[in-house]
Amino acid sequence: MISLTSYAFVSMILFSIGVIGVIARRNIFIIYMSIELMLNAVTLFLVTFARYHFNMDPQIITIMVISIAAAEAAIFFSVIILLYRSKKSLDTDIFTTLKQGEKL
Amino acid sequence: MMDTSLLVWIILAPLLGAILNGGFYFYHIKKKPIPEIVFSIIGTGTPLIAFLITLTLFLDMVDTGNTYKQVLFTWLHIDNLNIAMGFLGDNLAIFMSMFVTFIGWLIHIYAIGYMRGDEGFGKFFAYFNLFLASMLILVLADNPVILFIGWEGVGLCSYLLIAFYYTDKDNVLAGNKAFIANRVGDFGFLLGIVTLFFALGGVDLNFASLEANIGNASPSLLALSGFLLFVGAMGKSAQIPLFVWLPDAMAGPTPISALIHAATMVTAGVYMVSRFHFLYTGIEGIGIFIAYIGAFSALFAAIIATRQQDIKKILAYSTMSQLGYMFIAVGLGFYSSGLFHVLTHAFFKAMLFMGAGGIIIALHHQQNIFKIAQHRASLPIISATFLIGVIAISGIPPFSGFFSKDAILAAAFQEGQYLIWLIGMFTAFLTAYYMFRMYFILFIAPNKHGKSYVYTSRTITIPLVILAIGAIGAGFLNLPAILGGEHMVDTWLSKLNSTQLHMSHLTEYVLMIVSVAVAASGIFVAYKKYANFDVFKPEEEKGLIANKFYVDEFYNIVFVQFAKKISRFIDKVIDDKIIDGFIMSSSNQFIEFGKKVATIQNANVRFYAAFMLIGMSAIFIYLFFSLGL
Repeated sequence: MISLTSYAFVSMILFSIGVIGVIARRNIFIIYMSIELMLNAVTLFLVTFARYHFNMDPQIITIMVISIAAAEAAIFFSVIILLYRSKKSLDTDIFTTLKQGEKL
Repeated sequence: MMDTSLLVWIILAPLLGAILNGGFYFYHIKKKPIPEIVFSIIGTGTPLIAFLITLTLFLDMVDTGNTYKQVLFTWLHIDNLNIAMGFLGDNLAIFMSMFVTFIGWLIHIYAIGYMRGDEGFGKFFAYFNLFLASMLILVLADNPVILFIGWEGVGLCSYLLIAFYYTDKDNVLAGNKAFIANRVGDFGFLLGIVTLFFALGGVDLNFASLEANIGNASPSLLALSGFLLFVGAMGKSAQIPLFVWLPDAMAGPTPISALIHAATMVTAGVYMVSRFHFLYTGIEGIGIFIAYIGAFSALFAAIIATRQQDIKKILAYSTMSQLGYMFIAVGLGFYSSGLFHVLTHAFFKAMLFMGAGGIIIALHHQQNIFKIAQHRASLPIISATFLIGVIAISGIPPFSGFFSKDAILAAAFQEGQYLIWLIGMFTAFLTAYYMFRMYFILFIAPNKHGKSYVYTSRTITIPLVILAIGAIGAGFLNLPAILGGEHMVDTWLSKLNSTQLHMSHLTEYVLMIVSVAVAASGIFVAYKKYANFDVFKPEEEKGLIANKFYVDEFYNIVFVQFAKKISRFIDKVIDDKIIDGFIMSSSNQFIEFGKKVATIQNANVRFYAAFMLIGMSAIFIYLFFSLGL
């Protein structure tokens, strides 16, 4: 029997990887994947507790999160395509239009 | 003291007239024209109502000896300061409002003819009624604060009316000058009221209780208050040194000059000093000071008037001169004589101004006496009434001016103020001289062109005739006992006087003869010089006197330029450099700080994410420890 702590630990590790990915990487796809990773870390946490407490509510939330993430992916990809079209690059650091003092 | 509900209607009638005329005038210019007759009826009807109410009260006072009081409501109630919206109809107030409403009414009628066809006809009557209402507030006020409302009201209306033709810059400047010179006086007046209030402490602020408690106050504060109030009177009544606005005030249409000089405004100063007679009687030395200010103003104005060429300016300076006489009388404690001169002066000065206005209108706004004489018009009624006015002001018996002026000069003689008496006598000589100079040039001096008859409106001539009767007859109201009179005005106002005339009949006769002789010699000199004057060679406007002793220029350098320099210094140095510098630098500091903070916003998404993470972690840690989770 794998303990609850282990599940929680895996989920926290996944979340941390996601956070570091968002902060440290510049490729927009990697950032997107890191965000998904953080979402999944949270859903894993929820599912674990659902099983532990024999309660179905967190599972419902999990299903909701997965379905919304799917919808969100569609939007995210279209945004990425638009960004790529405008600058021919996927490096987030060159999208600086909203910077203080930047001319539009 | 009787309560009455009529008193306030004396004020409300012209005030309603002003509001109605103003409203109709707006309708007139915005929607569709209203005929002049509507404005005329409202404009002249309301002063008539005021006069009739005053007359009713006056007749009742004569019968029963009552005085009236009306308190409408408590206007201000702060701690122990209690100011009621109250009006007082005692002998003095009713005396004043009698001739203010009567002469005011006549001038309103005259204005119908004078202003006919003017674009601003309705506006003019709105201002006119407001002027009269303000003056009546001033006259009927029961306490100094209400008096001050009227005081400011006449100042405002004089400004509005002097600058009536505001498209001409000179008129606007004259209006400004009148307003600003009066502000100086008003400021003194306001300080005077405040000082009086401090001096008397918690006394109810109305004239009756002020008079009753005047003995409890410290004499030095009272003296200061009396002086400051008199500064106000100097401004309103155009005495040295605040007289400069009066000649310039001639920029307005002539009915305004008549109203300012006869019924309202300039008499306010004399009235105010008389109203505070209980204060001035108690202060040592101030009476003499007032009398000397009056005497010098009288002399100074008379000297200037001898060389003026503008018909209205001559009359303006003569008003200042006559006001000087009034201040001699009130300064020496002969309030009734001063007020009697106010009354007679109102009649003949209103008449002179109206006559001058008739001439000016007939000759298409020509005001220079020599030019008027060159294009002489035949104006029989105006020239006749003008002659009556000139004789009256010169002090020839039995015209009214003689009795009032003689009473003042006799008072000065009796009080031992021989210098004032001499100045008064010399001024009387000059008065006769300059008034007849004007008359001879205008009507007598030969003119080769002959005369052309000019039609004058009835509304102009009828008031003139009524006033002429007043100018002849008003003197008999206060006929001295030695001439078989009863001193009616003196008796009516006897409460005010601090001293009485008590001289032997012989001295009185001698003084009368002397003053008549002085006036006659003035007329004779004028006759010699001007009766055959060639009006086509006018006098040159050169020299000290023709240039009014350069007082305007002097004031311009000393006060106006000085004020301008100070204003400029405050504008350019204190405001621009110091205040603006401080405020701008502090705002610049904020801008600099903001710019530094804004560099955080560098459009780096990952950087934002890191910040969010740090922030959320901090909140989480705080919650974790503080809530003891």
